[in-house]
Formats: sequence, structure tokens, C-alpha cells
Amino acid sequence: MTEATTTAAPVEKHELETRFPDAVKAEARPGYTGFLVETSKLTEVATALRDEMGYDYLSSVTAVDYYSDAPNAENFIEVVYHFYKSTGGGALEIKVQTPRENSTVPSLTPLYPGADFQEREAYDLYGVNFEGHPDQRRILMWEGFAGYPMRKDWKEAYFEEEVKPFKNRWPEGQVYRIEDRNPFNKNNKYPQGFDPVGFKETDDPKLYEVLERAAREYSEDIDTEQVVVNLGPQHPSTHGVFRMAVRLDGETIVALKPVMGYLHRNHEKIGERNTWTMNMPFTDRLDYLSSMSNNFGYALAVEKLMGDKAAPPERAEYLRVIMAELTRISNHLWAVGFLLNDLGAFFTPSLYAIQERELILDIFEATTGSRMMCNYFRFGGVARDLPEGIYGKIKDLVFERLPRKIDELDIYLSENELVRSRSEGVGVITPEEAIAFSTAGPVLRASGVPYDIRRADPYSIYDRFKFEVTVRQHGDVYDRYMIRLDEMRQSLDILKQAITDLPGGAAGGEVMNGKNPYQVRVPAGESYGRVEGPKGELGYYIVSNGKGNPARYHVRAPSFINLTVLEKMCVGQKVADVVVNLGSIDIVLGEVDR
Amino acid sequence: MTDTNPTVNSAGYEVPPELRQNVAVTTLDKIWNMGRRYSVWPMMFGLACCAIEMICTAASRYDLARFGMEVMRPSPRQSDLMIVSGTVTKKMIPQIVRLYNQMPEPKYVLAMGACASGGGPFKEGYNVVSGVDQYVPVDVYVPGCPPTPQALLHGLMKLQEKIDSESITTVRWYGKDDIPAIPVPLLGPDLIDPRDNELIKQETSKKPAAPAAPAAPAPAAEAAS
Ligand code: SF4
Repeated sequence: MTEATTTAAPVEKHELETRFPDAVKAEARPGYTGFLVETSKLTEVATALRDEMGYDYLSSVTAVDYYSDAPNAENFIEVVYHFYKSTGGGALEIKVQTPRENSTVPSLTPLYPGADFQEREAYDLYGVNFEGHPDQRRILMWEGFAGYPMRKDWKEAYFEEEVKPFKNRWPEGQVYRIEDRNPFNKNNKYPQGFDPVGFKETDDPKLYEVLERAAREYSEDIDTEQVVVNLGPQHPSTHGVFRMAVRLDGETIVALKPVMGYLHRNHEKIGERNTWTMNMPFTDRLDYLSSMSNNFGYALAVEKLMGDKAAPPERAEYLRVIMAELTRISNHLWAVGFLLNDLGAFFTPSLYAIQERELILDIFEATTGSRMMCNYFRFGGVARDLPEGIYGKIKDLVFERLPRKIDELDIYLSENELVRSRSEGVGVITPEEAIAFSTAGPVLRASGVPYDIRRADPYSIYDRFKFEVTVRQHGDVYDRYMIRLDEMRQSLDILKQAITDLPGGAAGGEVMNGKNPYQVRVPAGESYGRVEGPKGELGYYIVSNGKGNPARYHVRAPSFINLTVLEKMCVGQKVADVVVNLGSIDIVLGEVDR
Repeated sequence: MTDTNPTVNSAGYEVPPELRQNVAVTTLDKIWNMGRRYSVWPMMFGLACCAIEMICTAASRYDLARFGMEVMRPSPRQSDLMIVSGTVTKKMIPQIVRLYNQMPEPKYVLAMGACASGGGPFKEGYNVVSGVDQYVPVDVYVPGCPPTPQALLHGLMKLQEKIDSESITTVRWYGKDDIPAIPVPLLGPDLIDPRDNELIKQETSKKPAAPAAPAAPAPAAEAAS
């Protein structure tokens, strides 16, 4: 950990507190930072943050359930907001509290449109009602699902025990499976008195209603026939199981609503039952194209709480950066290849891109034992050192092969007439919109906002490397494609420096602070660790109560939040551009749905 | 075709030497199966992390085309193999069942990875189905998380073996009876499998003393640390 990750500098603290002496209280709980805000004053405080204090970027919104079934326990739900300045710097964290029954919090979506999906998620999983939210529906689960599954007292059908590791599953020398104890033999449970016969689904009708409303707002006076087209969830160009309900007037899109949750695997619920270390391999499966970056963010968040005793040795820091940057390149190769797919260059560019990605995966496999699910980072270092010969391989790749191959992609694709005419001026996002919608990563930078966490709020050892924060000005699909090429080149620059400076070089060295612990002790408190993942700001908000597993484990998923802007990108354009716009955001459903 | 091809020309019938270069004698099953085993069209349909490995299997290095399977079809109507490559969730299973129903016979299902085979790492999750075989019949299971492309290829070869073992006279889809479609699950308060309706009714009308999920041993309040 470096020193650059503190929250709210004292000056600002003063500012917010003096501005709202009654409504804002500095956090007093040990291990916590930020401010507690009076629920009724939230809108006012947020407006001041945005308009007066420059915190124009609402990065993360999430809820925490403080619940205990002890008799006099103080139970409440807390909604946590992380604000940033788009010019850089640390976070300003504010929280509001609301009772568990009839939880209501004013919605920040009208002020910060980027809060839209995140508030819907909190509504979906925690049952927090966001007053003033324009379209409050369930987002990951379906409309009609019984209960708010992330609440601590909500138990799934396969519930075994509160926390892991579970007790012995074969106490009498005979193993049992959890499904044997469920009357349906399935992971299902139903409320008392429920009658399945003649049941009608409610999810889709509600969606179409919203779609219709959005369409009317678009064209009130002209009366034309509009049709609804569903793209997905099984659709080759949705990059997974993602669905877009599109309302069309001729070929023009008048409204678009993304529907997700088809891959909602309850990452966070399971994460709160796992021990700290157990969560590491689960993070691999978030954005499964870039497992190393996911590991990185989680390791940072936990190490921040653990303090100095988890500071990784130098060599491990370098290895982390090397792996994270290789991941970025492999991710962007994939993204570029498949964006071309979406543009109609069916599979040929992606075959070239995948070929290079495979070489990077070889390095991962040799180092970690797995091509995709690397599970490489540990609190206080990395799992193991580079095996023999891999140092040289990385060096070859970084100095010789990859620069040529990236140029090759550039030469063949960037000036192509078809690529340009299909992507220039398509899906334009202005810098103001990009910030307001909390987009991150390449999407943000392609819109002319030079915001890169590696520079804006450096973590690990990124402050030692020379590289440029790439930025493009038009905010269209073409720029979102070009910025990925630019970023790969910058990553190569970082890699060249890192591999040259790597302490111990090819010979090896210490990569773990202490021995690799199976169980770690994490002091009580909260922390937010964020990295610039290939897709944007990947943040982990964790709350520890000093026990062996997280009390709250939340992932600020860049793919998910970047999707908020999709409707904005697409409305008014042709239906063929939907696919391209989606491809240019570069989503991974594992991370969108978690 | 020459008689040197053992897969075809081994019907147990002795071909006279003078005809060896011109005539192949085989069974209808062998010809029929050979045609099918080398032209399996998988459905282009990926669910989760495993789908990435599936794409890699089809791409530059592992090249699925060597097995006659590279024609991935985005439409279920044109495909005869469904590779369930990833976590099956409750929200997605109605679509999967629907797609399966829409595939024409003969059709096969390959469960790729731990998730599709049995729930995998996310099994306990409230939105996760413990294996696609709870709803559609699976022909081949490929273990791994994710299975490497080699493992998937091996699974596909196993499927070819299975195809080889079938006979046109006994396969279920040329029988007299219609094959009933699998009832599509509904998204209610939880996932509803219409085949379970009776059971669900029975369980939910019980007195509240019996919760739907009899919990395992008393929850351990103490966290291991
Ligand atoms: S088996 Fe593993 S890799 Fe495959 S979908 Fe499940 S979690 Fe992902």
C-alpha cells in the first residue's frame, strides 16, 4: 500500500461540516471514514458537493445491512456513497441511515444519472426505496421475486450455516448433499400459501410498460407505429446473456432498456459467507477476461484494512503491476477483436486478437496454474514467484511481439473505410455526460476526460512509472476503439519499465510478506479499494467486523455502471448501431450481474 | 471411399478383392452416424466464464473445425448441440429450456464446466440452478472451472463416440410417439418448475412450522478466525 489512498482531506472535511453543521456528522465509528448525513438533507448535500465542491463524479452507491438478531441490537440499513472529483484525488464518502422497515432514501439519480442502476440494485437486493427514482424496478432479480436476498436475515433455500468454513458434511461417515434436505431437491423455496397453478409472470409486462412510457416521452405529437424488439438474452452479439428491450420507430430507436441479471450468481451474498481468503478465487469469476485486475482490487481493499503487516514486498508489487498490465492488454485485444465482430468483420480480426491473447494466457498458466482463473494475489503479496523461463517470455512478448501485433491491428483496421463509416459519430457521449453517468475507464477517456485512477489516485507502485493517460475527444465508437489501442501501447510502456526494474529479475525473490496465510485477521472497519481495471474503475467496498469473513462485500463493477449510459448512446440511432455501441462499452456479464 | 477406411468398411462382410477399390459395404447406421458425427452444429450461446474457453476452443489455436464442428449457429432451429457453457441461473433457465425445445431432433446437450454440471462454485446462491440437468437431459459432462479447451475437445469427442453408438432403429426421435416438450419454468416468488406444481402446493400449504428448506445443523454463530 502506498500513502496516496486516504479519504477526504481535512480541508474538505471542514468545508462540508461547516456548510451543513446540522446535517453532516463526521464518522465516529472506529475504522470508518467519511460523513454521516441526515437522510432528509441528502439531496441538498449532494447538490452542494456537485455544484460547490467539485465532487462531480459519483462513483459508487451501495447499501449495507447492519443486522443482528441479538435482543437490543441497533438494526438499520446504511446507504454508502463514494464521490470523487473528475480532476483527481481521493474519495469523499458519505452515508445515510434508514430503518430496515420501510427503508426510504432520496434518490440521487436526478442529480447524478450514474446512480440509476446502482440504486435499482440496492432496491432489488436490500429493499431500499429510493424516493424520486425515475424507474425503480428490480434489476438483477425479476419483478415478483420474494424478499430482498442480500439482507442478512434472508436465507436461501440451500442455506447451511451463517459463515464458512462449514461444519463437517459427513459427520457419521456418510456425506450428505444439501439438496437432499430440500423437499424439491432444488435450490427453491416458496412463501407460505403460494399456489403455482395459474401463476402469471410480472417481470416482462412491467418492462414493456416502462418502455412505452419512455417512448411516449420521445415523440408525443407524431403518431407512428412502434414495435418492441428484444435483443437477447440469447443473442450472439450481446457478449453473453444480456438483453436489450428496444422500442423502434421504423429503424430508429426511441427507447431502450437493458435487462440484466441472467448471470446473477450472488457473488456478494456468497462473498459475505466466505472467509476473506476464499473470496479471492471468486473475484476471478467477476470479469473473467481479466481475473488479475479483479484480484488486485480486492487485495488492495483488504490490505488497506490490515495495514502495514500486509504490505507486499517490492518484487510482489512489480509482479502485480506486470500481471495487471498484461491483463489489460489481453482484455483490450479481446475487446477490439469482438468490437470488429460487431461491426460485421465476422471473426477474422478476433482470430488475430485471440492468437496474441493466448500467448499472454500461457504466461498466466505457467505462473498461476490456470489460464483464466488465476487466483494469484494474496493479502501481502502474490501466491508464487515466476517459474523458470517466464521472465524471458514476458520480456520477448513485451519488447518484441506485442508492439508489432498491436501495430498490425492498427494498420489493418483503423483506417478501414467500413470501420470508420460505421463507427465515427456513432454513440457520442459528451464529457459532461460521461462524468454525470459515472462511466469509467476507456468509455470515460474516449469522451475527453483524462481520468485514470493510476494517475488520479495512484495505488500500488503506479506512481513510479512513466506513462500517458490516454484521452480521445469525440466520444464516439471509433474513439472508444482507438483508445483501447492507445491503452495497450501505454501498458506496454509500463510493462517495459516494470520488467526491467523487477527486483530480483529472472532469478526470483521474495513475493510474500510473511507466509501465505490460509486465514487472515482483518481488523474491524470499512475500506474501499479501487483499481483502474481494463474496463474502468473496479472498486471493492468491504466492511469487517473483525470476524473471519466480510460483513459486507460489495463490488463496484465498471461494466455494470458503464451500461447506464447505453440508452443515452442509442436513442435516436438505428437499430444496427445498438450492437456496435454495446460492443464499444466492452461489458462482461460476470461483472455486470455478479 | 477406399476400403482402408476402417470406420466405414467394417460391416463384417468380405468384399471380393477385385471390387475393393470401388465398393464399400457398410451398415446404414455407420454412414448415418459418420455424417452426423462430423457435422455437429453447436448453438452459439455462451453463459459465463466457460463460454470464453468455448470461444477459444473455436478460435485460432484449438480450432474446433478439425472435428467438423465449427459451424456455430445463432439459431436453435439450425443447431443440434447445445453447449451449456457456464452458470445456469434461475432467471436464465426458462430461456434455456425454451431454446432446447426449439432445437430439432436429433439434439444433444453438453454441460461444460462445474456450474452447468452441478452448480459449481456458486451453487448455494439464491439465483443459481444446481446443474442444467435438473431441466434438460445432458449427454456429456465436462468437468473443470473452466474446462480447458483440450477438455472441451475431449468432451466433444466423447459426444462423437456417443453418436457412433446410436442406431437409426432405436433412437428416440424416430419412434412413433411424439417427444413431449419440456415445460418451461416460470419466474414466480422463486423459480417454478411446472412439473413440481403438486409438490409445491403440498409444501406451501403446510403449517409454518415446517419451513421450505429444513435448515442444516444450527447456524454457527462464531466465525472461524
Ligand atoms: S464452471 Fe467455473 S469457469 Fe465455468 S462458468 Fe462456472 S464459475 Fe465460470
